[in-house]
Amino acid sequence: MLFIDYSSAFNTIISTKLRTLGLNTSICNWILDFLMGSPQAPAYHLVLEGILILWIIRLLFSKTYKLQERSDLTEKEKEDLIEEWQPEPLVPPMSKDHPSLNYDIVTGPPSHKIIVNGKECINFASFNFLGFLDNERVKQKALTSLRRYGVGTCGPRGFYGTFDVHLELEDRLAKFMKTEEAIIYSYGFATIASAIPAYSKRGDIVFVDEAACFSIQKGLQASRSFIKYFKHNDMEDLERLLKEQEIEDQRNPRKARVTRRFIIVEGLYINTADVCPLPDLVKLKYKYKVRIFLEESMSFGVLGEHGRGVTEHFGVNIDDIDLISANMENAVASIGGFCCGRSFVIDHQRLSGQGYCFSASLPPMLAAAAIEALNIMEEDPVVILIWFRFFIFMYDLVNKYFQIDSYSAVKSVIGEVYAPALHLQLERSSGSRDTDVRMLRSIVDYCLERQIALTLARYLDKEERFLPPPSIRVVVTIEQTEEDIEKAASCIREAALAILK
Amino acid sequence: MARTTAPVPNGKLNIQLNGNNFKNANCKKNGYHNKAQKNSTAHSAGPPSSRQRFQRPESFENPPMYVAVMTYLGFGIVTLFGYFRDFLRAVGLEKCHIAREREEQKDFVPLYQDFENFYTRNLYMRVRDNWNRPICSLPGPVFDVMERVSPDYNWTFSLTGKTIDDVINMGSYNYLGFAENDGDFLKTVADRTQQYGLGVCSTRQEMGNLAIHEELEQLVASFLGVESSMIFGMGFATNSMNIPALVGKGCLILSDELNHTSLILGARLSGATIWVFKHNNMQSLERLLREAVCSGQPRTHRPWRKVLIMVEGIYSMEGSVVRLPDIVALKKKYKAYLYLDEAHSIGAVGPTGRGVTELFGLDPSDIDVMMGTFTKSFGAAGGYIAGKKELVDHLRSHSHSAVYASAMSPPVTEQILRAMKCIMGLDGTTVGQARVHQLAENTRYFRSRLQEMGFIIYGNDDSPVVPILLYMPGKVVAFSRAMLKRKIGVVVVGFPATPITEARARFCLSAAHTKAMLDQV
Repeated sequence: MLFIDYSSAFNTIISTKLRTLGLNTSICNWILDFLMGSPQAPAYHLVLEGILILWIIRLLFSKTYKLQERSDLTEKEKEDLIEEWQPEPLVPPMSKDHPSLNYDIVTGPPSHKIIVNGKECINFASFNFLGFLDNERVKQKALTSLRRYGVGTCGPRGFYGTFDVHLELEDRLAKFMKTEEAIIYSYGFATIASAIPAYSKRGDIVFVDEAACFSIQKGLQASRSFIKYFKHNDMEDLERLLKEQEIEDQRNPRKARVTRRFIIVEGLYINTADVCPLPDLVKLKYKYKVRIFLEESMSFGVLGEHGRGVTEHFGVNIDDIDLISANMENAVASIGGFCCGRSFVIDHQRLSGQGYCFSASLPPMLAAAAIEALNIMEEDPVVILIWFRFFIFMYDLVNKYFQIDSYSAVKSVIGEVYAPALHLQLERSSGSRDTDVRMLRSIVDYCLERQIALTLARYLDKEERFLPPPSIRVVVTIEQTEEDIEKAASCIREAALAILK
Repeated sequence: MARTTAPVPNGKLNIQLNGNNFKNANCKKNGYHNKAQKNSTAHSAGPPSSRQRFQRPESFENPPMYVAVMTYLGFGIVTLFGYFRDFLRAVGLEKCHIAREREEQKDFVPLYQDFENFYTRNLYMRVRDNWNRPICSLPGPVFDVMERVSPDYNWTFSLTGKTIDDVINMGSYNYLGFAENDGDFLKTVADRTQQYGLGVCSTRQEMGNLAIHEELEQLVASFLGVESSMIFGMGFATNSMNIPALVGKGCLILSDELNHTSLILGARLSGATIWVFKHNNMQSLERLLREAVCSGQPRTHRPWRKVLIMVEGIYSMEGSVVRLPDIVALKKKYKAYLYLDEAHSIGAVGPTGRGVTELFGLDPSDIDVMMGTFTKSFGAAGGYIAGKKELVDHLRSHSHSAVYASAMSPPVTEQILRAMKCIMGLDGTTVGQARVHQLAENTRYFRSRLQEMGFIIYGNDDSPVVPILLYMPGKVVAFSRAMLKRKIGVVVVGFPATPITEARARFCLSAAHTKAMLDQV
C-alpha cells in the first residue's frame, strides 16, 4: 500500500492571500481544512476518485444518441416526404347494398308483436325469453324510479354514482345466485370484457372454448395473456392442452408457481346453442388446478329450476365456479350486466374492472326494472318451467318438419333441446359465404312477409377468430303460443322449400 | 393519513389548507383576461375572435418546493407503515380482514400477487370512505347522501339507514342540470317507458334498430352540424369498440398523455402502434408527426397506412381544453386524421353548447371523427360518433357494438331527444340556451372567486371542471371528510389516477347550481 506523506504539502498556503482575493472567511477555512485533510487519504483512493469525477464530467457533456432519429434527411427531403405521403382514406369505400348496412327498422316496442319495416309480425328474434319487456309490474317500478331519480346517474360508481338501487340490485343478485357478492356493470358487452383483464394479465394462461362469444374474445385481447383454444365442448382436447401445460410447468417450476391459469366457457353458447359440460370441467379444475370463469348470458333465467343458470341445471356447487358473469339484456330484459362469486374474487373488480371504475353507472330505472324482474322470477319459478316446455315443443316441431321432406332437408337445426335460441343452418353450403348469407336472407324476407320476424345471426366476418357458419336465429319466448310456433315452423319450411330447391 | 393512525380528520390539517396554498405574490386580483400564459407560446393563425378566445389562459402553476417534498415524505411514511402492518399480519399479531381464498383451492396459483394488493390493503382501505358514497336521490344540484359507518376502519361498511340531506353536489357530471325528476319535464320519457318497456333485447343489426334510434341519430347530426351520426349504448364502450373498427395494424395513433382509459383501451385493442405526446404540447405533437411521416413504421420503414390523432375536448382530471385550432392546422399539413372525444365538453362549452368546435369557431367538418357521450350534459347514458356519411356507414357495418352489443334503451333515448331539443331550442323555449349561459356564468364566477381566495387551480377558464390542487394525501382525505360534514359533496382524486404529487379535489359545476350554493362552497 502506497502511503505518501503529503502532510506538509500545503504548509505554505498563506490564508491571508485567499482573503485578499475576496473570499468569505468561512469558505477559506473550509478550503484550508479540505486541503489539509485530503493528503491523509491513501493515494489509490484519490486516484480512483479523480477518475470517477472525470468520467462523470465526460458523461454529462457527451451527446446522447437516439436510435430512431434519422438524422441523414435534410429539411428539404423531409418537406418533400410530407408532401408526397398519401394516407389511406379513413374508412374504405363501401357499396351501397352491403348487407349489414340496411337495418330492419322496428317501429314501436320490440315485444311479442313487433312491427318490422311496417309489417306487424310475431317476434321470433328478440332475446326476450321471459317476456319481461312488456311486463306491467316492471314498467311501473321503472316509472316510480324515474320519478324519484331522473334518468341518468351522471357519474361513475366512485364519484357519487352509487345509488341505493344499485346496492339493492347487487344484494339481490348475490342472494338469488347464492353467492357472497355481485357487482353490476352498465353494459352487457363490457361485463365479461372488463372482468377478464382484471384477473388475467400478461404471462397468464387462458384456455378458451372455440365458440366463445365476441365479448370474451375482446376481454382476452385486452388481457394480453397466452390464449389456448380447445375444440368446442371437447373435454379430451382440453385435457390434452392441460397435460401439455403441466409438462411445461415441470420444466420451469418457479415460473409455474406464479402463472395463473383460467378456463373460460359459456353456460349456453350463443353461437352454437348448446351447453358446456360443467361437471367434467369442475373435475378438470381440481385435477389441474385451473380456475373457471363462466359466462352465463344466455342461460341466466333460462336453465335450472329457478333460473339460476347452468350450475343449478347440473347441480354443481356454485362455489366451485370462481366467477359467473352474465348480462341482464336477455332474460331479464333490462340493460347491463353483472358478475357474481365469492367476495375474494369479486371485490377485486371494484378497483380494477375498467368498465366499472371508468364508466358511468347503470341508470337507476333500469336497475329498478332488473330488481322487479328478479322478484317475479323468484316468486314464480313456474314461469321458467312453462317456457321450457314450449321450447321442447318448438324443437320437436321444427325437427319434425325438416325430417318429413327428407329430400329437401337442406336445413339442419343446431342447438340443444332446451336452448332458447336455435340456429338454422344450411345442410350443404353453396361454397361461398356470401351466397349462403343471401339465401338465408331471402328466407328471412319470405318469413317477414308472412308475419314471422326472424333474423340472421350477425357476426363481424373479419374479426371473429372462428367464424361460425351463417345461420338464422330462432328465439322462443314465453309469450308465444303453440299456434304461433306451429305457424313459424311451417312458414320456415315453406320458405326453405321455395328458395332452396 | 400519514400522521394519524385512525381515520379521524386531524383538525390541524384543515387550517393548513389555506396556509399552504396561499400565493400572495401572484394573486390574480385584476381579472383573468390580462393574465399571461404560463406555458407554451404557440399561437394559432385563426380569425381574431378565436385567437382572443384561445389566449384565455390555462394555468398549471407548480407548487412550492416544500409542498412537493412533504407529499413524497407522506407517501414514504405510509409505505413504510404498510410494510410494518403486513409484517404484523403475517406474524399474526394483527387480524386480517381481507377475504381469503377457499380451503379447497389453497394450493392453486394465487389469484392476486401480494404486491398488487399492497396499495389496496394499506393505503386505500384507510381512506375508502371518501369514494363510492351511495346516494338515494337524483344527482341534481343537491342530493341526499346515505350515511355509512365502519366499525373496523373501513374494511366493512354498514348503512345506518339515515341520510344526510341536501348535500350540495359538486361531484356529479350534471353540467346542464338535466338530471331532474320533475314530472312535467319527464312526461315524454315516462310515456316511452310505458310504451316500449325498458330493454331492447337485441343488437342494432338484428332486431334492435328502433325508429327512435334513427330519429336521435339525425338529431345529433344536425346538432353538431355534420352529415350523420350513430349512437351506442355506453360511452366507455363507444371508444373501446369503434377505434378498432377505424384503425388497425400498420396505422399510427398519436394520443395525448392524459387521455381517458376508454381511449387507451380502444387504441390497444385496435392493434395499431401508439405514440404518446405531451399533454396539449404542440411542439411534441409536431415532432412526432414529422418523424412518423418521414421515417415510416419502426423497423421496416414502410409508410404508415393512417395516422390518427386522439384528443379530448376537456380533460376531466385537469380541466384543460384542447388546443383545437393548432391541431387542425397540423392535421391538415401532415394529412392525419383527428378523433375528438367530447365527453365532457359537448353541451358544456361553446356559446350554444355545441362543444369545443364552437368554442374555437371551427368548422365541424374539419374534424374527422367527433365522439361524445350523453352521460354528462344530457343526463342520460350512452355515446355517439358523428362525422361524414361514409364514416358512419362504415361503422354501421363494422362496429363491434352494432353487431354484438345491445342497442340503447328507449327511455334513455327519449331523454336524450328531449334534452337535445331543449338545448337546440326546438321545443319552443329558451330554457336550453338559458342553461348553457348559466353554466358559463357559474364557471366564470366560481373560478374567479377561488382564485381570489388564492387556491391553485388547474385548467382553462372556460371549463366547468375545476380541480383544486391539494398535493398531500392526508390533506386530500381530510378535505373530503370535512366538506361532507359541512354538507358539500366533493370528489377527491389521488394516485393512481393523477401523478403522485398532484392529488386534487375536483369540482364539477352545473347550470343548476345557484349563486348562493356556489358562495356556500
